[in-house]
Amino acid sequence: MNRKTLAAAFPVTIPVLMGYLAIGMAFGLMLQSIGYGPLWALLMSLTIYAGSGQYLGVALLAAGAPLAHVAFMTLMVNFRHLVYGLSLLEKFHGMGARKLYMIFSLTDETYALLSSAKAPEGVEEHDFFFLVALLDQSYWIAGSVLGAVLGAALDFDTTGVDFAMTALFLVIAVGQWKSAGSHLPALLGGAATLVSLLLVGAEDMLLPALGIIVAALTLLRPRLDKKSVRREEGTVCP
Amino acid sequence: MPLTPAQTLASIAVMAVVTFLTRALPFILFDRGDHPPKLVLYLGKVLPPAIIAMLIVYCFRGVSFAAPSGWLPALAAGLAAVLLHLWKGNDLISIFGATVFYMVLVQGVFG
Repeated sequence: MNRKTLAAAFPVTIPVLMGYLAIGMAFGLMLQSIGYGPLWALLMSLTIYAGSGQYLGVALLAAGAPLAHVAFMTLMVNFRHLVYGLSLLEKFHGMGARKLYMIFSLTDETYALLSSAKAPEGVEEHDFFFLVALLDQSYWIAGSVLGAVLGAALDFDTTGVDFAMTALFLVIAVGQWKSAGSHLPALLGGAATLVSLLLVGAEDMLLPALGIIVAALTLLRPRLDKKSVRREEGTVCP
Repeated sequence: MPLTPAQTLASIAVMAVVTFLTRALPFILFDRGDHPPKLVLYLGKVLPPAIIAMLIVYCFRGVSFAAPSGWLPALAAGLAAVLLHLWKGNDLISIFGATVFYMVLVQGVFG
């Protein structure tokens, strides 16, 4: 690891720098608004490191959700990560102990950078990957702590700041909608959840909704598998 | 803050472990060159848009149609997020614009 590696990695991460500072700050503000200060923001961004996951985490903490519910919701919102790993098996090969960190830090953005960026001539590829991942998380931590500090210092009314989570999911959905080969999975997901909400109510709506979704998608496989449903994530949430 | 610090720590630990597992599972299962089952690959492709749609409906679960203040801010700000994103295609503008708009609506206009 040397300055040359840093000079190669830093410019690649600048878009993530801006994105993570902003989205991280919104997370810090949300966390502060339910009574958790900068140290909690630091702890969460250090150990969880997942944008939509941490946004949802704020809602779960605010609701005092039981641990099983926390585990289930976290699994659902992070399910897409399963796919990321599949396409990076080769790239991380031979990274030794650093591979653990590479896997831990595999957010949407880092995945996007790693799957497209190439180390320039004369820079060791694995050092480059590691530094990109490390820089990205440092931006996320900085943003979230800054948000929590600002939320505590500037005593302003944060009512409604939790809408950032809704907006984040909407933005991801727009990106997916534009690149999807079929809109059926998205429409099915929305419809199944709505049905579940009407049938069992807001408290327990997610598990039945997910059951319907997985069952229906499995049944629809002969039809959907042929269309090339391209996987394209939104670009914001880690 | 309905949880004690210990309960909060437990929740954060669960989130951290589950998040890491979702990222690590492909490496645990398929790093020795085995091919993932086709059904896993298929679900990996079609589940993400369905889950995001599920979460969006979940985010709107609190709307009430008893009075305009129960649904209008969320609907207007949701539309703003989508339109901003279709127009500018910039995540930050869409998310911040819609959130600030929502905060103005719930605090100022309907507050």
